[in-house]
Amino acid sequence: MIDYNRVLSRTTQEIQPSGIRKFFDIAAEMDDVISLGVGEPDFKTPWCIRKAGIESLEKGHTWYTANAGLAALRVEIANYLKRRFSLEYRPKEEIFVTVGGSEAIDLAVRALVNPGDEVLIPEPSFVCYNPITRLAGGVPVPIATRAEDHFRLTPEQLKAALTPRTKLLILPFPNNPTGGVMRQEHLEAIAQVLRGTDVMILSDEIYAELTYGGLRHVSIASVDGMWERTVVINGFSKAYAMTGWRLGYAAGPQPVIKQMIKLHQYAIMCAPTTSQYAAVEALRNCDDEIEAMCEQYDMRRRLLVDGFNRIGLTCFNPEGAFYAFPSIRSTGMRSGEFCMKLLEKERVAVVPGDAFGASGEGHVRVSYSYSINHLIEALKRIEHFVNELKA
Amino acid sequence: MNEKNTRKLLELLEENASLKPEQVAVMLGEKCEDVQATIASLEKQGIIKGYKALIDWDKTDRDLVNARIEIKVTPKANMGFEEIAYTISQFREVETCYLMSGGYDLALTISGKSFKDIALFVAHRLAPLDPVQSTSTHFVLRKYKERGIMMVEDFEDEREVTSL
Repeated sequence: MIDYNRVLSRTTQEIQPSGIRKFFDIAAEMDDVISLGVGEPDFKTPWCIRKAGIESLEKGHTWYTANAGLAALRVEIANYLKRRFSLEYRPKEEIFVTVGGSEAIDLAVRALVNPGDEVLIPEPSFVCYNPITRLAGGVPVPIATRAEDHFRLTPEQLKAALTPRTKLLILPFPNNPTGGVMRQEHLEAIAQVLRGTDVMILSDEIYAELTYGGLRHVSIASVDGMWERTVVINGFSKAYAMTGWRLGYAAGPQPVIKQMIKLHQYAIMCAPTTSQYAAVEALRNCDDEIEAMCEQYDMRRRLLVDGFNRIGLTCFNPEGAFYAFPSIRSTGMRSGEFCMKLLEKERVAVVPGDAFGASGEGHVRVSYSYSINHLIEALKRIEHFVNELKA
Repeated sequence: MNEKNTRKLLELLEENASLKPEQVAVMLGEKCEDVQATIASLEKQGIIKGYKALIDWDKTDRDLVNARIEIKVTPKANMGFEEIAYTISQFREVETCYLMSGGYDLALTISGKSFKDIALFVAHRLAPLDPVQSTSTHFVLRKYKERGIMMVEDFEDEREVTSL
């Protein structure tokens, strides 16, 4: 009999499973649950993109592509980054296509981090940065962003966290789960701290198309002196409602990208071919579609944030992504307890804030990638839950 | 309220007329009074014509049969199709009445208690009208979608749990 605890890698075993997963495994066992939990668009991929995928299959484009991705796609990505965010990248040397943004995050960390290097991770944030850093032998250094700072990373916090061993700063904005964004002036302040250092930046911009309030997303790579130290990571999942196609990309200085592609070709070979053909169409012809989806999200966002504030769960006004991150401190409960009770009593599933780092405690993540009727019903149930607590 | 938001307001109400003005106001970032005033004005202008619930009568014990009737008519001098279309629209049984391009002129949807009901309506009320040259009646067998809402199956969220 094999003792698996002994044969399995210690590093892997020490990594905690995601708190989101744990919670939803419980929710999945219950009936009539209204979920506000998922982190993907409710929209279907726009039809013209699906059609391009189908056509590529009809034509029999079923082989691998080049490791770095279809040449045509890399050209379109370069055009897109220039058109939407004023970023300049050479498609052949400075861009490559990955299996979702997630793969690109993994590769960037592995390409940059030596054992013992410190990686600064603003939290609350997406759950993968910490385990990926540890798998690379790096040391995750969480920086707790605060509601009063609009969940932005401040230059003071960054300065305080920098040490001679700091290798990499993760910039996860627009942010999952808080909805916080970094505007031009905030990025300038961060750049001010980093200029003259060798600290690299992994800018996870997967929600870049989803910002609200009229101002477009700004990439730190477009700030003076930052391009040379930044790997921009983006993808098709959120902007084009293409989560299931598993397609993302990284853009950055050639020496870094070259190492990332090396890892990519050993681990993955290339991203799915059908998805790449579909993505070419997405980048060529779908700017209108993403704006229409963004407008829908914006209406839901306002409805949800207003609802929470009305109920008495103070909600920071999220300016990006598709999550609200209300505080549940007024209930006197911890996040995990709140979510569990809300699920038991009202059959509404939201995610405990501490699943996104210790600093998320006291909050819950609520996704608004749901129809308006769904959101209204969920708000009604949450209101009932909170009123019962007061009674 | 500006043109863009007025248009959005109409789209929201077209999709769900039971949204309250305060909900619409929040979604559009407008004041509740302004939304109420705009709705009142849209009603007055006849842009919002009414608010009706979409009911699946098949799920009740009420008998209801729907039919689509294509009518060819002789237009009247000076009046064109207006007069006959107006006359036909007056019948309580007629739910929609459209002037069409192509092989016939007017398309109606009508409802009645039974097939016979509808047949009698066509024979006794529609066919005898002077301008009506011919009618062609098609009964509805099943409704899949009505006014943008699926009638056959509830929307099911297929998204599975992933950790992000």
